[in-house]
Amino acid sequence: MSGQNSSNQSDSFLSKPAVQSILAALLCIVIGLLIGYIALLIISPKGATEAIITILKNYFTYPTKAAAMKYLGNTLVKAAPLLMCALSIQFCYQAGLFNIGAAGQYVAGAGASLFCALALKLPWFVCLLAALIAGGLFGVIVGLLKSYLNVNEVISGIMLNWIGLYTVNMLLSGVKETASPYTVSVASTNEAALLPSLGMEKLFSNNKYVTIAIPLAILVAILLKVVLSMTVFGYEIKATGIAKDAAKYSGMKEKRNVIITLFIGGALAGIGAAFLFLSGYEQWSVTQSSVPSMGFNGIAATFLGGLDPIGTIFASYFIQHITSGGSYLDKNIYPSQISDFISAIIIYLCGFVLFFKLYLNGYLRKRAERAKERGISKKEEGGNF
Amino acid sequence: MAGNEEYAIEMLNITKRFPGIIANDNVTVQLKKGEIHALLGENGAGKSTLMSVLFGLYQAEEGTIKKDGKVVKINNPNDANDLGIGMVHQHFKLVQCFTVLDNIILGDETTKHGILQKEESRRKVLELSDKYGLKVDPDAKIEDITVGMQQRTEILKMLYRDNEILIFDEPTAVLTPAEIDELMEIMRNLAKEGKSILFISHKLAEIMSVADRCTVLRRGKYIGTVNIADTDQNELSRMMVGRDVQLVATKEDKVPGETILHVENMTVPSKLHHNNAVKNVSFDVRSGEIVCIAGIDGNGQTELVYGLSGLENCTSGKITLCGRDITHASIRERSTHGMSHIPEDRHKHGLVMDYSLAYNLVLQRYFEPEFSTKAGFLKKNSIMNYANKLIEQYDIRSGQGAPTIARSMSGGNQQKAIIAREIDKNPDLLIAVQPTRGLDVGAIEYIHKQLIAQRDAGHAVLLVSLELEEVMSISDRILVMYEGELVGEFDPKKTTPEELGLYMAGAKRKEIGA
Repeated sequence: MSGQNSSNQSDSFLSKPAVQSILAALLCIVIGLLIGYIALLIISPKGATEAIITILKNYFTYPTKAAAMKYLGNTLVKAAPLLMCALSIQFCYQAGLFNIGAAGQYVAGAGASLFCALALKLPWFVCLLAALIAGGLFGVIVGLLKSYLNVNEVISGIMLNWIGLYTVNMLLSGVKETASPYTVSVASTNEAALLPSLGMEKLFSNNKYVTIAIPLAILVAILLKVVLSMTVFGYEIKATGIAKDAAKYSGMKEKRNVIITLFIGGALAGIGAAFLFLSGYEQWSVTQSSVPSMGFNGIAATFLGGLDPIGTIFASYFIQHITSGGSYLDKNIYPSQISDFISAIIIYLCGFVLFFKLYLNGYLRKRAERAKERGISKKEEGGNF
Repeated sequence: MAGNEEYAIEMLNITKRFPGIIANDNVTVQLKKGEIHALLGENGAGKSTLMSVLFGLYQAEEGTIKKDGKVVKINNPNDANDLGIGMVHQHFKLVQCFTVLDNIILGDETTKHGILQKEESRRKVLELSDKYGLKVDPDAKIEDITVGMQQRTEILKMLYRDNEILIFDEPTAVLTPAEIDELMEIMRNLAKEGKSILFISHKLAEIMSVADRCTVLRRGKYIGTVNIADTDQNELSRMMVGRDVQLVATKEDKVPGETILHVENMTVPSKLHHNNAVKNVSFDVRSGEIVCIAGIDGNGQTELVYGLSGLENCTSGKITLCGRDITHASIRERSTHGMSHIPEDRHKHGLVMDYSLAYNLVLQRYFEPEFSTKAGFLKKNSIMNYANKLIEQYDIRSGQGAPTIARSMSGGNQQKAIIAREIDKNPDLLIAVQPTRGLDVGAIEYIHKQLIAQRDAGHAVLLVSLELEEVMSISDRILVMYEGELVGEFDPKKTTPEELGLYMAGAKRKEIGA
């Protein structure tokens, strides 16, 4: 009897959607890593095992705890903006919008925050606000086009990505170093624009790039979860996303909701850029001719995270973890892009999540039926006696 | 063994389960060659599921299917097709942006060196369309044509494939009385030619008029098979519902009170063509009366309701609700100031299909202080309690109660949920558009009772219906709509379906003294 109970318990545990999402994501990761490993084997079989371990180890490569913590800090510094971009895409996705323009909104945020920091010498919170507004406005353009002219958000988003890139390149040409295409460093030009760390750098062996950006990004994820699942606004956004006509019928302002959603999505991506550039970790190259991949990687993180803000926190970290790990590979043998390759495979497999859930549910149902039948036949036997 | 060959298709002891529900429990249906066999049952009785099993859309857990006495395995619609089984689904399976012709040949195209040979197909389609009187425009796009023509396209799809066994899933739900008569004639002709027809319906009169035999299901269980010649409507409805049913709604006479809805010269543009869908329409609805807009599908009734509810803007005219000018009011404003709307398309407008039943029940009220805090948080407990109250009060049945996803509920219960939501708002004016479309006798009886209760409570009810039987039995006043105009006003006690039919078809018209 107790055995049956425990199997029922494990079945009901497995049938929870959240559990299934996590299992499916883990499965995707394992298969992704396997295929990545096979790719490494094809490139060069000798060091493949070591290489995949290097990727997975990332900062654990360093023998001392202090060094490892320092480089964990670096991974987190880059995971925070990735998480923000992922949240941007996810929030819009809930409203039925595919915000591929997050990449451009990220660029707009980078341009606005760096311009405020370097050219106008404003303090960090003003720069952050500028990034929020710039990203948000980029989102609003897409939203207006979508609501009033029925322009597909993917098309206008992609075009704005490029408009954003070259506008920002021009804007920041005035604050670039004379000898290089990079913008001058925030730390040396306007220290007040650096995000405060509130002493967190001490936890990460004095990694000066560790700032409040990291806890803030996590806080935003939790906030989004609350908004989506518990508020009137979330109720409306999701209704608009899955049933536009029903939303209109019930009197929701679906056009306004689309615009607000894209403003928030844009703002999230814009803040994400400020989180990176105001930490001083990277400088903007005004000659770059491709849109930074952060926004696109956000798509990966959000799908791996099962379209759940909390899941996305972990997915963003994981993707950044293997991306950073990729940089430790022996560049003479393996391209560091192998990490991108693995995350791409994982994303590809995310489509498989649905299939996995379907299969698991079918299996659980069959088991439940069989258990029920056994229960019935037992009862009947009992009745006979 | 020879005896078995009298049957074209046999479904023996079929059992099909879904999570939380047994849709078919040991059901047997035997279709004789050349007969019209009706499958009767309430919504959720398992008729559609059974047909989906036959069509290979679902796999039954138990039971066998035999064709001409031989056991066959149907794993997908292609297998069904190969066996000569064709189906017109209740919800049409047509590609919206394709033409009628393209939809008919889709999946069975004639090609030469990989290039479509449409001329030959067109000839065959026109021939069939001529032969059976199925009027279609082969070059019209599905999104532009009426529901009736879409259905004719579906029927042509089966005929084009030379199917021997034809399944009609609730085919008359969307047709006008004249069209229904035509369809019955078509079905008789098809049977005469040796085609075997399974006719899924809950309309007893139609079954009595066209079917040879009838199999009845109730709540997934097989009740019995009867010869139509040996039975009557009362016996069939008893078998279907499990109790005696009032087939005609009864209501007491009532003198209407003050004017609730006043419409003056309303004009609404059409999405399909450049003309106006509603032209210069004026009418009143008073408290304590049911006013019915009768008419053939596609004569502007949909747009009239869109204009009243705010889903579409009126280009001219004035709408007054309880003395307030609401011509330019938002949808929300109309909804919170006394208007309830049971929409024509419950899947598209009426429900957020992927939301829970509870969330759907507050779709018009979630923003009220009862269900959300000032800070904008939903009061989930209040929503659940309210949902449970409505579920009990209106007898809405679902797999898991309030948290059930609306999509997984049966059509009748989805409609009950919408009606509960709209009536519980206690509206001054209730607009109901084809509220009984596609529902069974039990649900129709229930809905009619609810509409009459609204009227008796002193509310105004505006009913848009395509079914004359319904129009005649529950309305206090009938307005006939033809090509966007109101062409006649009638007292149901002093008119006949035949007279209404003349006005609906545009053969006669008279001035309306509003």
